[in-house]
Amino acid sequence: MTAATDRRLPDDRVVPGDPSTPPGGRSSGDVLSEMNHPHRARAVKDVVARIVMWAAFALAMVPLVWILGTVIAKGAHMLTTSTWWTGNQRNINSDDFGGGARHAIEGTLQMVGFTALIAVPIGILTAVYLVEYGRGPLARTISFTVDILSGVPSIVAALFIYAVWVTTFGLERSGFAASLALVLLMIPVVVRSTEEMLKLVPNELREAAYALGVPKWVTVVKVVLRTAFSGIVTGVLLGIARVMGETAPLLILAPYTKNFQRDLFHGNFPTLPMMINQDRGDFALATAAERMWGAALTLIILVLLLNLIGRVIAHFGSVKK
Amino acid sequence: MAKRIDVSDLNVYYGSFKAVEGVSMTVEPRSVTAFIGPSGCGKSTFLRTLNRMHEVIPGGRVEGKVMLDDQDLYASSMDPVTVRRTVGMVFQRPNPFPTMSIYDNVAAGLRLNGVKNKKTLDGIVEQSLHGANLWNEVKDRLNKPGAGLSGGQQQRLCIARAIAVQPQVLLMDEPCSALDPISTLAIEDLVNELKSEFTIVIVTHNMQQAARVSDRTAFFNLKATGEPGRLVEIGDTTRIFNNPSERATEDYISGRFG
Repeated sequence: MTAATDRRLPDDRVVPGDPSTPPGGRSSGDVLSEMNHPHRARAVKDVVARIVMWAAFALAMVPLVWILGTVIAKGAHMLTTSTWWTGNQRNINSDDFGGGARHAIEGTLQMVGFTALIAVPIGILTAVYLVEYGRGPLARTISFTVDILSGVPSIVAALFIYAVWVTTFGLERSGFAASLALVLLMIPVVVRSTEEMLKLVPNELREAAYALGVPKWVTVVKVVLRTAFSGIVTGVLLGIARVMGETAPLLILAPYTKNFQRDLFHGNFPTLPMMINQDRGDFALATAAERMWGAALTLIILVLLLNLIGRVIAHFGSVKK
Repeated sequence: MAKRIDVSDLNVYYGSFKAVEGVSMTVEPRSVTAFIGPSGCGKSTFLRTLNRMHEVIPGGRVEGKVMLDDQDLYASSMDPVTVRRTVGMVFQRPNPFPTMSIYDNVAAGLRLNGVKNKKTLDGIVEQSLHGANLWNEVKDRLNKPGAGLSGGQQQRLCIARAIAVQPQVLLMDEPCSALDPISTLAIEDLVNELKSEFTIVIVTHNMQQAARVSDRTAFFNLKATGEPGRLVEIGDTTRIFNNPSERATEDYISGRFG
Protein backbone atom coordinates (compact mmCIF):
# COMPACT_ATOMS: atom_id res chain seq x y z
CA MET A 1 0.00 0.00 0.00
CA THR A 2 2.72 2.44 1.03
CA ALA A 3 4.77 1.43 -1.97
CA ALA A 4 1.92 2.31 -4.30
CA THR A 5 1.52 5.77 -2.77
CA ASP A 6 5.25 6.33 -2.95
CA ARG A 7 5.34 5.49 -6.58
CA ARG A 8 2.73 8.12 -7.43
CA LEU A 9 4.66 10.90 -5.69
CA PRO A 10 6.84 12.21 -8.55
CA ASP A 11 3.79 12.78 -10.79
CA ASP A 12 2.01 14.80 -8.15
CA ARG A 13 4.84 17.21 -7.55
CA VAL A 14 3.48 20.75 -7.96
CA VAL A 15 5.67 23.24 -9.76
CA PRO A 16 6.18 26.20 -7.41
CA GLY A 17 5.08 29.59 -8.68
CA ASP A 18 2.74 28.15 -11.26
CA PRO A 19 -0.81 28.35 -9.87
CA SER A 20 -2.33 27.34 -13.19
CA THR A 21 -1.12 23.79 -12.73
CA PRO A 22 -4.14 21.74 -11.84
CA PRO A 23 -3.59 19.41 -8.91
CA GLY A 24 -2.92 15.84 -9.87
CA GLY A 25 -1.89 16.34 -13.47
CA ARG A 26 -1.09 18.67 -16.34
CA SER A 27 -1.83 18.76 -20.02
CA SER A 28 1.07 18.37 -22.40
CA GLY A 29 0.65 21.99 -23.60
CA ASP A 30 1.38 23.27 -20.11
CA VAL A 31 4.55 21.26 -19.98
CA LEU A 32 5.77 22.61 -23.31
CA SER A 33 5.17 26.26 -22.48
CA GLU A 34 6.88 25.79 -19.16
CA MET A 35 9.86 24.28 -20.90
CA ASN A 36 10.09 26.98 -23.56
CA HIS A 37 10.13 29.85 -21.19
CA PRO A 38 13.04 28.77 -18.97
CA HIS A 39 15.04 28.00 -22.08
CA ARG A 40 15.19 31.67 -23.07
CA ALA A 41 15.95 32.72 -19.52
CA ARG A 42 18.71 30.17 -19.34
CA ALA A 43 20.27 31.43 -22.56
CA VAL A 44 20.38 34.96 -21.14
CA LYS A 45 21.92 33.70 -17.89
CA ASP A 46 24.44 31.76 -19.91
CA VAL A 47 25.57 34.87 -21.80
CA VAL A 48 25.75 36.94 -18.61
CA ALA A 49 27.78 34.24 -16.86
CA ARG A 50 30.14 34.02 -19.80
CA ILE A 51 30.74 37.77 -19.84
CA VAL A 52 31.35 37.88 -16.09
CA MET A 53 33.73 34.96 -16.33
CA TRP A 54 35.79 36.38 -19.17
CA ALA A 55 35.87 39.80 -17.52
CA ALA A 56 37.15 38.27 -14.29
CA PHE A 57 39.76 36.35 -16.24
CA ALA A 58 40.91 39.43 -18.12
CA LEU A 59 41.03 41.41 -14.89
CA ALA A 60 43.16 38.75 -13.24
CA MET A 61 45.53 38.72 -16.21
CA VAL A 62 46.15 42.50 -16.09
CA PRO A 63 48.55 42.59 -13.11
CA LEU A 64 50.22 39.38 -14.21
CA VAL A 65 50.97 40.62 -17.72
CA TRP A 66 51.87 44.05 -16.38
CA ILE A 67 54.41 42.67 -13.88
CA LEU A 68 55.95 40.28 -16.38
CA GLY A 69 56.06 42.98 -19.07
CA THR A 70 57.70 45.55 -16.79
CA VAL A 71 60.27 43.14 -15.41
CA ILE A 72 61.18 41.77 -18.83
CA ALA A 73 61.32 45.21 -20.43
CA LYS A 74 63.55 46.65 -17.72
CA GLY A 75 65.60 43.64 -16.77
CA ALA A 76 66.09 41.56 -19.91
CA HIS A 77 69.13 43.31 -21.29
CA MET A 78 70.95 42.85 -17.97
CA LEU A 79 70.68 39.12 -18.45
CA THR A 80 72.44 39.33 -21.80
CA THR A 81 75.53 41.06 -20.44
CA SER A 82 78.67 38.97 -20.47
CA THR A 83 79.17 38.72 -16.72
CA TRP A 84 75.59 38.31 -15.45
CA TRP A 85 75.59 34.52 -15.26
CA THR A 86 79.24 34.15 -14.27
CA GLY A 87 80.32 37.03 -12.05
CA ASN A 88 79.42 38.60 -8.72
CA GLN A 89 79.12 42.15 -7.41
CA ARG A 90 82.52 42.36 -5.74
CA ASN A 91 84.09 45.84 -6.09
CA ILE A 92 81.11 47.04 -8.07
CA ASN A 93 79.63 50.19 -6.61
CA SER A 94 76.08 51.30 -7.02
CA ASP A 95 77.03 53.71 -9.77
CA ASP A 96 79.05 51.12 -11.66
CA PHE A 97 77.34 49.29 -14.47
CA GLY A 98 76.95 45.53 -14.63
CA GLY A 99 78.53 42.84 -12.57
CA GLY A 100 77.13 39.38 -12.13
CA ALA A 101 74.33 37.68 -10.23
CA ARG A 102 75.88 34.24 -10.04
CA HIS A 103 76.70 34.59 -6.35
CA ALA A 104 73.04 35.36 -5.58
CA ILE A 105 71.67 32.66 -7.90
CA GLU A 106 73.90 30.04 -6.33
CA GLY A 107 73.09 31.31 -2.86
CA THR A 108 69.33 31.24 -3.42
CA LEU A 109 69.45 27.75 -4.93
CA GLN A 110 71.66 26.47 -2.15
CA MET A 111 69.53 27.97 0.58
CA VAL A 112 66.25 26.82 -0.93
CA GLY A 113 67.67 23.38 -1.63
CA PHE A 114 68.76 23.05 1.97
CA THR A 115 65.35 24.26 3.14
CA ALA A 116 63.62 21.67 0.98
CA LEU A 117 65.96 18.97 2.26
CA ILE A 118 64.67 19.57 5.78
CA ALA A 119 61.08 20.60 5.10
CA VAL A 120 60.07 18.02 2.47
CA PRO A 121 60.65 14.85 4.52
CA ILE A 122 59.03 16.39 7.60
CA GLY A 123 56.10 17.68 5.56
CA ILE A 124 55.48 14.43 3.66
CA LEU A 125 55.83 12.25 6.74
CA THR A 126 53.44 14.51 8.65
CA ALA A 127 50.91 14.24 5.84
CA VAL A 128 51.33 10.45 5.74
CA TYR A 129 50.70 10.33 9.47
CA LEU A 130 47.62 12.54 9.22
CA VAL A 131 46.04 10.64 6.32
CA GLU A 132 47.15 7.05 6.84
CA TYR A 133 47.66 6.63 10.56
CA GLY A 134 46.42 9.56 12.63
CA ARG A 135 43.20 9.17 14.60
CA GLY A 136 41.90 11.01 17.60
CA PRO A 137 43.21 13.99 19.56
CA LEU A 138 46.88 13.82 18.51
CA ALA A 139 46.05 13.93 14.80
CA ARG A 140 43.55 16.73 15.37
CA THR A 141 46.15 18.72 17.34
CA ILE A 142 48.77 18.29 14.62
CA SER A 143 46.31 19.25 11.91
CA PHE A 144 45.32 22.36 13.86
CA THR A 145 48.99 23.27 14.43
CA VAL A 146 49.72 22.99 10.73
CA ASP A 147 46.82 25.35 10.07
CA ILE A 148 48.25 27.88 12.49
CA LEU A 149 51.74 27.49 11.06
CA SER A 150 50.49 28.17 7.56
CA GLY A 151 49.10 31.47 8.80
CA VAL A 152 52.32 32.65 10.46
CA PRO A 153 53.73 35.74 8.69
CA SER A 154 57.24 35.18 7.38
CA ILE A 155 58.67 37.96 9.50
CA VAL A 156 57.30 36.31 12.65
CA ALA A 157 58.91 33.00 11.67
CA ALA A 158 62.17 34.89 11.14
CA LEU A 159 61.94 36.63 14.51
CA PHE A 160 61.24 33.28 16.19
CA ILE A 161 64.38 31.75 14.67
CA TYR A 162 66.32 34.90 15.61
CA ALA A 163 65.15 34.56 19.21
CA VAL A 164 66.16 30.91 19.35
CA TRP A 165 69.26 30.90 17.18
CA VAL A 166 70.90 34.22 17.95
CA THR A 167 69.49 35.41 21.26
CA THR A 168 69.16 32.09 23.10
CA PHE A 169 71.97 30.00 21.64
CA GLY A 170 74.23 32.93 20.83
CA LEU A 171 74.95 31.64 17.34
CA GLU A 172 75.67 33.90 14.38
CA ARG A 173 73.30 35.01 11.66
CA SER A 174 73.87 32.93 8.55
CA GLY A 175 72.29 31.37 5.50
CA PHE A 176 71.48 28.36 7.63
CA ALA A 177 69.54 30.42 10.16
CA ALA A 178 67.49 31.89 7.32
CA SER A 179 66.94 28.35 6.00
CA LEU A 180 65.45 27.35 9.34
CA ALA A 181 62.92 30.18 9.12
CA LEU A 182 62.09 29.15 5.54
CA VAL A 183 61.57 25.58 6.76
CA LEU A 184 58.85 26.85 9.08
CA LEU A 185 57.14 28.51 6.14
CA MET A 186 57.51 25.58 3.79
CA ILE A 187 56.36 22.72 6.03
CA PRO A 188 52.65 23.68 6.15
CA VAL A 189 52.54 24.11 2.37
CA VAL A 190 54.03 20.66 1.83
CA VAL A 191 51.83 19.03 4.49
CA ARG A 192 48.59 20.48 3.14
CA SER A 193 49.27 19.72 -0.51
CA THR A 194 50.57 16.21 0.19
CA GLU A 195 47.58 15.54 2.42
CA GLU A 196 45.19 16.48 -0.37
CA MET A 197 47.03 14.23 -2.81
CA LEU A 198 47.03 11.26 -0.42
CA LYS A 199 43.31 11.69 0.17
CA LEU A 200 42.78 11.43 -3.59
CA VAL A 201 44.29 7.93 -3.68
CA PRO A 202 41.26 5.61 -3.79
CA ASN A 203 40.84 3.46 -0.71
CA GLU A 204 40.34 0.47 -3.02
CA LEU A 205 44.04 0.54 -3.88
CA ARG A 206 44.99 0.31 -0.21
CA GLU A 207 42.56 -2.55 0.26
CA ALA A 208 43.87 -4.30 -2.84
CA ALA A 209 47.36 -4.20 -1.37
CA TYR A 210 46.24 -5.32 2.10
CA ALA A 211 44.34 -8.22 0.54
CA LEU A 212 47.58 -9.37 -1.09
CA GLY A 213 49.14 -9.66 2.34
CA VAL A 214 51.20 -6.50 1.96
CA PRO A 215 52.02 -4.84 5.30
CA LYS A 216 50.60 -1.39 5.83
CA TRP A 217 53.88 0.52 5.70
CA VAL A 218 54.83 -1.12 2.38
CA THR A 219 51.38 -0.27 1.06
CA VAL A 220 51.88 3.35 2.05
CA VAL A 221 55.35 3.60 0.51
CA LYS A 222 54.92 1.53 -2.65
CA VAL A 223 51.26 2.04 -3.49
CA VAL A 224 49.88 5.20 -1.87
CA LEU A 225 52.92 7.49 -2.15
CA ARG A 226 53.71 6.07 -5.57
CA THR A 227 50.20 6.75 -6.86
CA ALA A 228 50.21 10.27 -5.42
CA PHE A 229 53.79 10.95 -6.57
CA SER A 230 53.17 13.54 -9.28
CA GLY A 231 50.78 15.49 -7.08
CA ILE A 232 53.25 15.47 -4.23
CA VAL A 233 56.03 16.78 -6.51
CA THR A 234 53.77 19.62 -7.60
CA GLY A 235 53.04 20.47 -3.96
CA VAL A 236 56.71 20.43 -3.04
CA LEU A 237 57.50 22.79 -5.92
CA LEU A 238 54.74 25.14 -4.85
CA GLY A 239 56.35 25.16 -1.43
CA ILE A 240 59.78 25.87 -2.90
CA ALA A 241 58.40 28.64 -5.08
CA ARG A 242 56.75 30.10 -2.02
CA VAL A 243 59.98 30.34 -0.01
CA MET A 244 62.27 31.26 -2.89
CA GLY A 245 61.09 34.83 -2.95
CA GLU A 246 60.68 35.27 0.80
CA THR A 247 62.64 38.30 1.91
CA ALA A 248 61.79 39.01 5.54
CA PRO A 249 63.74 36.03 6.97
CA LEU A 250 66.76 37.02 4.86
CA LEU A 251 66.63 40.62 6.05
CA ILE A 252 66.66 39.47 9.65
CA LEU A 253 68.83 36.37 9.49
CA ALA A 254 71.07 36.39 6.42
CA PRO A 255 72.83 39.69 5.71
CA TYR A 256 73.76 40.17 2.06
CA THR A 257 77.24 39.92 0.61
CA LYS A 258 78.41 40.89 -2.86
CA ASN A 259 80.91 38.03 -2.92
CA PHE A 260 80.68 34.39 -3.71
CA GLN A 261 79.85 32.62 -0.46
CA ARG A 262 79.22 28.91 -0.47
CA ASP A 263 79.36 28.42 3.30
CA LEU A 264 75.78 28.29 4.49
CA PHE A 265 76.78 28.17 8.14
CA HIS A 266 79.09 31.15 8.61
CA GLY A 267 78.99 34.79 7.65
CA ASN A 268 76.92 36.81 5.26
CA PHE A 269 75.08 35.07 2.47
CA PRO A 270 74.12 36.29 -1.01
CA THR A 271 70.58 35.69 -2.29
CA LEU A 272 68.52 37.13 -5.13
CA PRO A 273 65.86 38.80 -2.97
CA MET A 274 68.60 40.48 -0.95
CA MET A 275 70.39 41.56 -4.12
CA ILE A 276 67.15 43.15 -5.30
CA ASN A 277 66.82 44.83 -1.91
CA GLN A 278 70.42 46.08 -2.02
CA ASP A 279 70.04 47.72 -5.40
CA ARG A 280 66.62 49.11 -4.52
CA GLY A 281 68.47 51.22 -1.94
CA ASP A 282 70.17 53.10 -4.79
CA PHE A 283 67.24 53.01 -7.13
CA ALA A 284 67.86 56.61 -8.22
CA LEU A 285 71.01 55.43 -10.00
CA ALA A 286 70.20 53.88 -13.37
CA THR A 287 72.99 51.33 -12.90
CA ALA A 288 71.53 50.02 -9.64
CA ALA A 289 67.97 50.05 -10.96
CA GLU A 290 68.99 47.98 -13.94
CA ARG A 291 70.64 45.42 -11.70
CA MET A 292 67.54 45.32 -9.53
CA TRP A 293 65.24 44.56 -12.48
CA GLY A 294 67.73 42.02 -13.77
CA ALA A 295 67.80 40.23 -10.43
CA ALA A 296 64.00 40.31 -10.28
CA LEU A 297 63.71 38.74 -13.74
CA THR A 298 66.29 36.13 -12.77
CA LEU A 299 64.27 35.20 -9.72
CA ILE A 300 61.11 34.83 -11.81
CA ILE A 301 62.99 32.66 -14.30
CA LEU A 302 64.30 30.43 -11.51
CA VAL A 303 60.79 29.85 -10.18
CA LEU A 304 59.54 29.19 -13.70
CA LEU A 305 62.35 26.70 -14.40
CA LEU A 306 61.60 24.93 -11.16
CA ASN A 307 57.97 24.59 -12.17
CA LEU A 308 58.97 23.23 -15.56
CA ILE A 309 61.29 20.67 -14.02
CA GLY A 310 58.52 19.67 -11.64
CA ARG A 311 56.09 19.21 -14.49
CA VAL A 312 58.54 16.99 -16.33
CA ILE A 313 59.12 14.86 -13.22
CA ALA A 314 55.40 14.71 -12.54
CA HIS A 315 54.71 13.76 -16.15
CA PHE A 316 57.06 10.80 -16.11
CA GLY A 317 55.91 9.67 -12.68
CA SER A 318 52.21 10.09 -13.25
CA VAL A 319 49.51 7.45 -13.45
CA LYS A 320 49.76 5.72 -16.81
CA LYS A 321 46.74 5.40 -19.01
CA MET B 1 46.44 -26.23 -1.15
CA ALA B 2 42.82 -25.46 -0.42
CA LYS B 3 41.65 -25.24 3.17
CA ARG B 4 38.39 -25.55 5.04
CA ILE B 5 36.92 -22.58 6.91
CA ASP B 6 34.97 -23.12 10.11
CA VAL B 7 33.11 -20.16 11.54
CA SER B 8 31.44 -20.40 14.88
CA ASP B 9 29.10 -17.87 16.44
CA LEU B 10 30.60 -14.82 14.79
CA ASN B 11 29.39 -11.30 15.58
CA VAL B 12 30.68 -8.39 13.47
CA TYR B 13 30.62 -4.78 14.61
CA TYR B 14 31.17 -1.33 13.18
CA GLY B 15 32.00 0.55 16.38
CA SER B 16 29.01 -0.11 18.61
CA PHE B 17 26.74 -1.10 15.72
CA LYS B 18 26.31 -4.84 15.37
CA ALA B 19 26.16 -5.56 11.65
CA VAL B 20 26.16 -9.35 11.61
CA GLU B 21 25.06 -11.68 14.40
CA GLY B 22 25.68 -15.28 15.33
CA VAL B 23 26.98 -16.74 12.08
CA SER B 24 28.19 -20.34 12.18
CA MET B 25 29.07 -22.16 8.99
CA THR B 26 31.57 -24.42 7.32
CA VAL B 27 33.08 -23.59 3.95
CA GLU B 28 34.26 -26.76 2.22
CA PRO B 29 37.67 -26.85 0.53
CA ARG B 30 37.87 -27.08 -3.29
CA SER B 31 34.33 -25.91 -3.72
CA VAL B 32 32.47 -22.71 -4.44
CA THR B 33 30.27 -21.29 -1.72
CA ALA B 34 27.94 -18.45 -2.71
CA PHE B 35 26.54 -15.85 -0.31
CA ILE B 36 23.20 -14.42 -1.40
CA GLY B 37 20.76 -12.08 0.29
CA PRO B 38 19.31 -8.57 0.04
CA SER B 39 21.55 -5.48 0.16
CA GLY B 40 22.75 -4.45 3.57
CA CYS B 41 22.29 -7.88 5.14
CA GLY B 42 25.98 -8.25 5.93
CA LYS B 43 27.21 -10.67 3.26
CA SER B 44 30.17 -8.53 2.25
CA THR B 45 30.88 -7.54 5.84
CA PHE B 46 30.95 -11.18 6.84
CA LEU B 47 33.10 -12.07 3.83
CA ARG B 48 35.65 -9.47 4.87
CA THR B 49 36.00 -11.05 8.29
CA LEU B 50 37.31 -14.23 6.64
CA ASN B 51 40.61 -12.55 5.78
CA ARG B 52 40.59 -9.91 8.51
CA MET B 53 39.92 -7.09 6.04
CA HIS B 54 37.01 -5.96 8.20
CA GLU B 55 39.32 -4.51 10.83
CA VAL B 56 40.91 -2.19 8.26
CA ILE B 57 37.79 -0.04 8.63
CA PRO B 58 38.02 2.24 11.70
CA GLY B 59 35.89 0.77 14.48
CA GLY B 60 35.57 -2.61 12.76
CA ARG B 61 35.81 -5.55 15.16
CA VAL B 62 34.74 -9.14 15.49
CA GLU B 63 33.61 -11.56 18.22
CA GLY B 64 33.68 -15.30 17.75
CA LYS B 65 35.88 -17.80 16.04
CA VAL B 66 37.10 -18.33 12.47
CA MET B 67 39.21 -21.45 11.93
CA LEU B 68 41.21 -22.10 8.76
CA ASP B 69 41.79 -25.85 9.07
CA ASP B 70 43.39 -25.85 12.53
CA GLN B 71 44.51 -22.21 12.65
CA ASP B 72 42.48 -19.67 14.58
CA LEU B 73 42.45 -16.55 12.35
CA TYR B 74 41.64 -14.30 15.28
CA ALA B 75 44.12 -15.77 17.75
CA SER B 76 46.17 -13.01 19.38
CA SER B 77 49.36 -14.51 17.97
CA MET B 78 47.97 -14.44 14.42
CA ASP B 79 49.29 -11.64 12.17
CA PRO B 80 46.52 -10.23 9.94
CA VAL B 81 49.10 -9.80 7.17
CA THR B 82 49.78 -13.56 7.22
CA VAL B 83 46.04 -14.26 7.15
CA ARG B 84 45.63 -12.11 4.05
CA ARG B 85 48.48 -13.90 2.30
CA THR B 86 46.60 -17.17 2.88
CA VAL B 87 43.12 -15.86 2.12
CA GLY B 88 43.09 -13.69 -1.00
CA MET B 89 40.36 -11.32 -2.12
CA VAL B 90 38.85 -9.93 -5.31
CA PHE B 91 36.76 -6.78 -4.99
CA GLN B 92 33.54 -5.53 -6.47
CA ARG B 93 35.15 -2.90 -8.67
CA PRO B 94 38.29 -3.91 -10.54
CA ASN B 95 41.14 -2.11 -8.79
CA PRO B 96 44.43 -2.67 -10.60
CA PHE B 97 47.27 -0.45 -9.37
CA PRO B 98 47.14 2.53 -11.75
CA THR B 99 50.87 3.21 -11.71
CA MET B 100 51.81 -0.35 -12.63
CA SER B 101 51.98 -2.30 -15.87
CA ILE B 102 50.03 -5.52 -16.39
CA TYR B 103 53.12 -7.52 -15.44
CA ASP B 104 53.80 -5.39 -12.36
CA ASN B 105 50.20 -5.68 -11.23
CA VAL B 106 50.35 -9.48 -11.22
CA ALA B 107 53.79 -9.46 -9.64
CA ALA B 108 52.78 -6.81 -7.06
CA GLY B 109 51.87 -9.17 -4.24
CA LEU B 110 55.19 -10.99 -4.54
CA ARG B 111 57.34 -7.94 -5.21
CA LEU B 112 55.90 -5.93 -2.36
CA ASN B 113 56.66 -8.89 -0.13
CA GLY B 114 60.27 -8.97 -1.21
CA VAL B 115 60.46 -11.51 -4.07
CA LYS B 116 62.99 -10.11 -6.54
CA ASN B 117 64.14 -13.07 -8.64
CA LYS B 118 63.19 -12.20 -12.22
CA LYS B 119 62.88 -15.83 -13.32
CA THR B 120 60.57 -16.76 -10.46
CA LEU B 121 58.44 -13.68 -11.11
CA ASP B 122 58.25 -14.32 -14.86
CA GLY B 123 57.08 -17.85 -14.23
CA ILE B 124 54.45 -16.92 -11.66
CA VAL B 125 53.14 -13.99 -13.70
CA GLU B 126 52.64 -16.19 -16.76
CA GLN B 127 51.12 -18.99 -14.72
CA SER B 128 48.74 -16.61 -12.91
CA LEU B 129 47.65 -14.91 -16.12
CA HIS B 130 47.01 -18.34 -17.62
CA GLY B 131 45.09 -19.19 -14.47
CA ALA B 132 42.94 -16.11 -14.90
CA ASN B 133 42.35 -16.84 -18.63
CA LEU B 134 43.99 -13.57 -19.52
CA TRP B 135 47.38 -14.65 -20.88
CA ASN B 136 46.42 -14.84 -24.54
CA GLU B 137 44.87 -11.39 -24.47
CA VAL B 138 47.78 -9.61 -22.80
CA LYS B 139 50.92 -11.62 -23.53
CA ASP B 140 52.09 -9.10 -26.12
CA ARG B 141 51.55 -6.06 -23.94
CA LEU B 142 52.68 -7.05 -20.49
CA ASN B 143 54.42 -3.72 -20.07
CA LYS B 144 51.35 -1.66 -20.90
CA PRO B 145 49.43 -0.09 -17.99
CA GLY B 146 46.92 -2.36 -16.28
CA ALA B 147 44.39 0.45 -16.17
CA GLY B 148 44.23 0.42 -19.98
CA LEU B 149 42.42 -2.93 -20.10
CA SER B 150 38.64 -3.29 -20.37
CA GLY B 151 36.63 -3.70 -17.17
CA GLY B 152 36.30 -7.46 -17.57
CA GLN B 153 40.00 -7.82 -18.35
CA GLN B 154 40.86 -5.64 -15.37
CA GLN B 155 38.81 -7.89 -13.11
CA ARG B 156 40.59 -10.97 -14.45
CA LEU B 157 43.88 -9.10 -13.93
CA CYS B 158 42.85 -8.61 -10.30
CA ILE B 159 42.10 -12.33 -10.04
CA ALA B 160 45.51 -13.11 -11.53
CA ARG B 161 47.06 -10.73 -9.00
CA ALA B 162 45.21 -12.46 -6.17
CA ILE B 163 46.17 -16.00 -7.19
CA ALA B 164 49.80 -15.00 -7.86
CA VAL B 165 50.50 -15.00 -4.12
CA GLN B 166 49.21 -18.60 -4.04
CA PRO B 167 46.52 -18.28 -1.38
CA GLN B 168 44.52 -21.19 0.05
CA VAL B 169 41.20 -19.44 -0.16
CA LEU B 170 39.86 -16.86 -2.62
CA LEU B 171 37.14 -14.46 -1.49
CA MET B 172 35.18 -12.69 -4.22
CA ASP B 173 32.99 -9.74 -3.32
CA GLU B 174 30.45 -9.37 -6.14
CA PRO B 175 33.22 -9.72 -8.74
CA CYS B 176 30.87 -9.39 -11.71
CA SER B 177 28.57 -6.60 -10.60
CA ALA B 178 30.47 -4.00 -12.65
CA LEU B 179 30.82 -6.21 -15.73
CA ASP B 180 28.84 -6.95 -18.89
CA PRO B 181 27.34 -10.44 -19.48
CA ILE B 182 30.22 -11.68 -21.63
CA SER B 183 32.87 -10.67 -19.11
CA THR B 184 30.65 -12.14 -16.39
CA LEU B 185 30.60 -15.44 -18.23
CA ALA B 186 34.39 -15.37 -18.51
CA ILE B 187 34.71 -14.84 -14.77
CA GLU B 188 32.18 -17.58 -14.00
CA ASP B 189 34.06 -20.06 -16.19
CA LEU B 190 37.21 -19.02 -14.40
CA VAL B 191 35.63 -19.62 -10.99
CA ASN B 192 34.72 -23.11 -12.14
CA GLU B 193 38.32 -23.82 -13.08
CA LEU B 194 39.82 -22.24 -9.99
CA LYS B 195 37.79 -24.35 -7.59
CA SER B 196 39.97 -27.36 -8.33
CA GLU B 197 42.79 -25.51 -6.60
CA PHE B 198 41.23 -23.04 -4.22
CA THR B 199 38.44 -22.76 -1.73
CA ILE B 200 36.23 -20.07 -3.20
CA VAL B 201 33.65 -17.89 -1.50
CA ILE B 202 31.66 -15.57 -3.74
CA VAL B 203 29.17 -12.88 -2.77
CA THR B 204 26.61 -12.21 -5.47
CA HIS B 205 23.35 -10.37 -6.00
CA ASN B 206 22.64 -12.45 -9.03
CA MET B 207 20.80 -15.61 -8.04
CA GLN B 208 21.28 -17.22 -11.44
CA GLN B 209 24.97 -16.70 -10.95
CA ALA B 210 24.86 -18.36 -7.54
CA ALA B 211 22.96 -21.27 -9.07
CA ARG B 212 25.44 -21.54 -11.95
CA VAL B 213 28.76 -21.35 -10.16
CA SER B 214 28.31 -22.55 -6.61
CA ASP B 215 28.25 -25.93 -4.94
CA ARG B 216 26.83 -24.58 -1.73
CA THR B 217 24.77 -21.48 -1.09
CA ALA B 218 24.31 -19.45 2.08
CA PHE B 219 21.33 -17.13 2.41
CA PHE B 220 21.72 -14.06 4.62
CA ASN B 221 18.92 -11.78 5.72
CA LEU B 222 18.02 -9.06 8.20
CA LYS B 223 15.59 -10.05 10.91
CA ALA B 224 14.08 -6.60 10.55
CA THR B 225 15.26 -3.15 9.49
CA GLY B 226 17.93 -1.91 11.92
CA GLU B 227 18.58 -5.40 13.25
CA PRO B 228 21.88 -7.14 12.52
CA GLY B 229 22.11 -9.45 9.54
CA ARG B 230 22.22 -13.19 10.12
CA LEU B 231 22.71 -16.43 8.29
CA VAL B 232 19.29 -17.91 7.52
CA GLU B 233 20.45 -21.18 6.05
CA ILE B 234 23.27 -22.82 4.16
CA GLY B 235 23.23 -26.00 2.11
CA ASP B 236 23.84 -27.56 -1.26
CA THR B 237 22.94 -25.09 -3.98
CA THR B 238 20.45 -27.44 -5.63
CA ARG B 239 18.66 -27.95 -2.34
CA ILE B 240 18.61 -24.25 -1.43
CA PHE B 241 17.16 -23.35 -4.82
CA ASN B 242 14.73 -26.25 -5.13
CA ASN B 243 13.74 -27.14 -1.64
CA PRO B 244 14.82 -24.53 0.93
CA SER B 245 13.95 -25.35 4.52
CA GLU B 246 13.23 -21.74 5.51
CA ARG B 247 10.26 -19.73 4.31
CA ALA B 248 12.40 -16.56 4.02
CA THR B 249 14.82 -18.28 1.66
CA GLU B 250 12.02 -19.48 -0.55
CA ASP B 251 10.46 -16.00 -0.65
CA TYR B 252 13.77 -14.40 -1.59
CA ILE B 253 14.68 -16.92 -4.25
CA SER B 254 11.26 -16.91 -5.85
CA GLY B 255 11.32 -13.11 -5.92
CA ARG B 256 8.46 -12.55 -3.47
CA PHE B 257 10.61 -10.02 -1.59
CA GLY B 258 13.99 -8.36 -1.77
